[in-house]
Amino acid sequence: MITLQGNFKRSFGLQKLSERLVRRLTMDRAAAVSRSADFALLLEPASKAPEGCLSVAVEGSGCEPSGASTFIELPRDCDHVTAGDVVRFEIAKQRFRILYRKNSDHNNFLVTERCDNYCLMCSQPPKSANDDWILDELFDVIRLLDEQTGGFGFTGGEPTLNDRFVELLKLCNDRLPDAAIHVLSNGRRFSDPSFAERWASIAHRDLMVGIPVYSDISSIHDHVVQADGAYNETIRGILNLKRLKQRVEIRVVLHQRTFERLPELARFITRNLLFVDHVALMGLEISGFTRANLDQLWIDPIDYQNELYDAVSTLDAFGIRTSIYNLQLCLLDKRLWKFAVKSISDWKREYFPQCAGCSVRADCGGMFATAKHRFSDHIRPL
Amino acid sequence: MAKRFLPAEHYQKSRQGGYRLLPFRFTALRGNSFVLTNMAGEYLVAERDILGLIVRHQLPLDSPIYDQLKSRHFIEDDDSGVAQELLALKVRTKSQHLAHFTSLHIFVVSLRCEHSCPYCQVSRQSDDKIAFDMSLETAMKSLDLAFRTPAKAFKIEFQGGEPLLNFELIKQIVLEAEQRAIREEREVAFVIATNLAVVTEDILDFCNDHSILISTSLDGPRDLHNQNRPRPGKDSYERTIAGIELSRKVLGHDRVSALMTTTRFSLKRASEIIDEYRRLGFDQIFLRALSPYGFAVKTKSINAYDAAEWLQFYKEGLDHVIKLNLDGERFVERYAAIILTKMLTPFNPGYVDLMSPAGIGTQALVYNYDGDIYASDEGRMLAEMGDKTFRLGNAMTNSYEDIIFSDALLNPIEDSFTGSVPMCSECAFEPYCGAEPVFHHATQGDPVGHKPTSGFCTRNMEIFRHLIELMENSPEIERIFRSWVATR
Repeated sequence: MITLQGNFKRSFGLQKLSERLVRRLTMDRAAAVSRSADFALLLEPASKAPEGCLSVAVEGSGCEPSGASTFIELPRDCDHVTAGDVVRFEIAKQRFRILYRKNSDHNNFLVTERCDNYCLMCSQPPKSANDDWILDELFDVIRLLDEQTGGFGFTGGEPTLNDRFVELLKLCNDRLPDAAIHVLSNGRRFSDPSFAERWASIAHRDLMVGIPVYSDISSIHDHVVQADGAYNETIRGILNLKRLKQRVEIRVVLHQRTFERLPELARFITRNLLFVDHVALMGLEISGFTRANLDQLWIDPIDYQNELYDAVSTLDAFGIRTSIYNLQLCLLDKRLWKFAVKSISDWKREYFPQCAGCSVRADCGGMFATAKHRFSDHIRPL
Repeated sequence: MAKRFLPAEHYQKSRQGGYRLLPFRFTALRGNSFVLTNMAGEYLVAERDILGLIVRHQLPLDSPIYDQLKSRHFIEDDDSGVAQELLALKVRTKSQHLAHFTSLHIFVVSLRCEHSCPYCQVSRQSDDKIAFDMSLETAMKSLDLAFRTPAKAFKIEFQGGEPLLNFELIKQIVLEAEQRAIREEREVAFVIATNLAVVTEDILDFCNDHSILISTSLDGPRDLHNQNRPRPGKDSYERTIAGIELSRKVLGHDRVSALMTTTRFSLKRASEIIDEYRRLGFDQIFLRALSPYGFAVKTKSINAYDAAEWLQFYKEGLDHVIKLNLDGERFVERYAAIILTKMLTPFNPGYVDLMSPAGIGTQALVYNYDGDIYASDEGRMLAEMGDKTFRLGNAMTNSYEDIIFSDALLNPIEDSFTGSVPMCSECAFEPYCGAEPVFHHATQGDPVGHKPTSGFCTRNMEIFRHLIELMENSPEIERIFRSWVATR
């Protein structure tokens, strides 16, 4: 695990700052001073914080505030921060959150915690409070990102609930020519053709929306997402997006409610939705609601390898790009290894003690840090 | 927790309102089992009593086939409203080729041939180039017509006779078509159907420069091939093999394909024929029956086998091919692959014999050496026997509109449409089958024909049944079949 949020270790001279700030870290003192509303100075080890900008250091780096400086010290486990990272500081609460890490391939921005699905295995349980400020803040974050920024994702909650999310994507397209963008959505909003058209009108260079379809059978999908009528809207959403030539990925989380019909779902996709751009079949993350519903969700991945192999063979035979996420190589049918992707975000990836002597560890995506709550009985070194 | 999770039963309540039948057909498969097909060609197999429950709306909601019927759009219930939209989309996809006619233009550049195959429909042993070669003027007029078709991309196939006997004309047609394709931003592909007996390196160099594919005839092992395909010197096999090798050397291995024709002499030798193809490095074969046209009908002795005999041959061959695949060798039987594409994918492979509306004219147009235009290759074969029913006009005297709107084309297409033809319209295999008005005209004197006595119907119904049974009985074979189908 990599620490992405926490409390300030120390701070100094913050009285005049507004309650919530978003800053991009820089080592360039002149830039930090001249654009103090955008940048914060990441101090060299053993240096003193200058005046005229917000200075940031990591515990143990030997940095100190000076007379009229503003200074925040992050805890020791944040020593991974680097120039180019974007950080939110909440002054009164003395809290920080690293929103963007320049050296990571796994940057995802949470757009909202609201959602109109209520999935049994949601890793980010939805809340109902208005949190539009998060989206507002993202406009600032995107403006702060380097123009050469590579890919990142937007997640939720359901990002498409707020119409302004489309404006945010437009900003990404205008400002960040190299950024490949992935959006996680339940797809229901796209059942409204006018919303799908607005989405398409961005004409983004490299945009993919990942939409979960948990079953070929509507009642099973609706049960998994705990929403009547969701299946119809999600499928209509996919049809509307593809009609407008937008890129769509189908995501399937593998658990006790979904594995039995997985071969039929694959067949259904090849027959009805062959035009999708990618299918990701994903191992279960034991966090959020999954822990509450573990009894009706858990199945040892070793026990669904037949269904998984059948489904992947079908999708692959039809030329659909197919990936397997979140599953360890020791659990995976060898014929499926070439589809396995190291998908677990670096900051929540771990390996077990028994992985130490494994000969394919370097090719394996590892485990979610939350796997400690429930994991396969068959994790073993190969 | 803010909200309680609801159990699976809550989301099943949509079933309480009962289910509605979407359009589907059923036909007895074997014994008590029936095959059900929906409008897009998806199928399910059910026992007779289950089928009875389904159609009487009495199927128990927890019956294992309920979800299968729902998934494959045979029924819908209260929470699956998007089913009809998906089904409509699939039906449109199956018919999308109709908007892009005509995809194949066959130029008969010469009727002359140095072979004298008794089953050949259309060839002359003659040196009279004036009488039996296409003229440049006719070729250019024909090309004008080909370029009038709405298809953005199409294929020109050179046939004969032996088309290489008039290779100079092929060159001129290719060069002109390439120029036009560039001007009109269209894609034209070329293929020459040749016995390769007179092929030369110069010819192949030209083919290579212009991405022309070679399609040749290979009937099986040497003795069978030479028996079927006599020529002076009795060396057809040797020349074909040498031609294949030379063509592969110049064009590349996968630019050369081969077709076989089944004669009476082939019937007992399905595996041998397939093994001959494998020995020569082919990874597929098209097990083709003789067509009832041309000299094949006149010289009855050689084609004297009936649908049952042919089916036995076909099944034996398919069994052999399946066994190869089960042993890990990828080898495809093309006719099965065409039908399986209809069964297992959203697409229509556009195979002219298995289309409804019939593929005549819209899938293929034939430009004969003398300027006459036919609705299909079989149509011109009939004409060679004196029956010009499917002659649509002449390139020198008729406009594109004359030809494409001619009664000779539109009437048989309309009459033979399987969606309305007796016995076809209610047949569960209709989504896999085709109208074939030329065959029925040739054999039964009518574009619709009488299905119970139609060789076409007997042959194909049995193959449809056979393929479905193979898949039902073996998931392993179904997986192999899935790997054969065209997917884009």
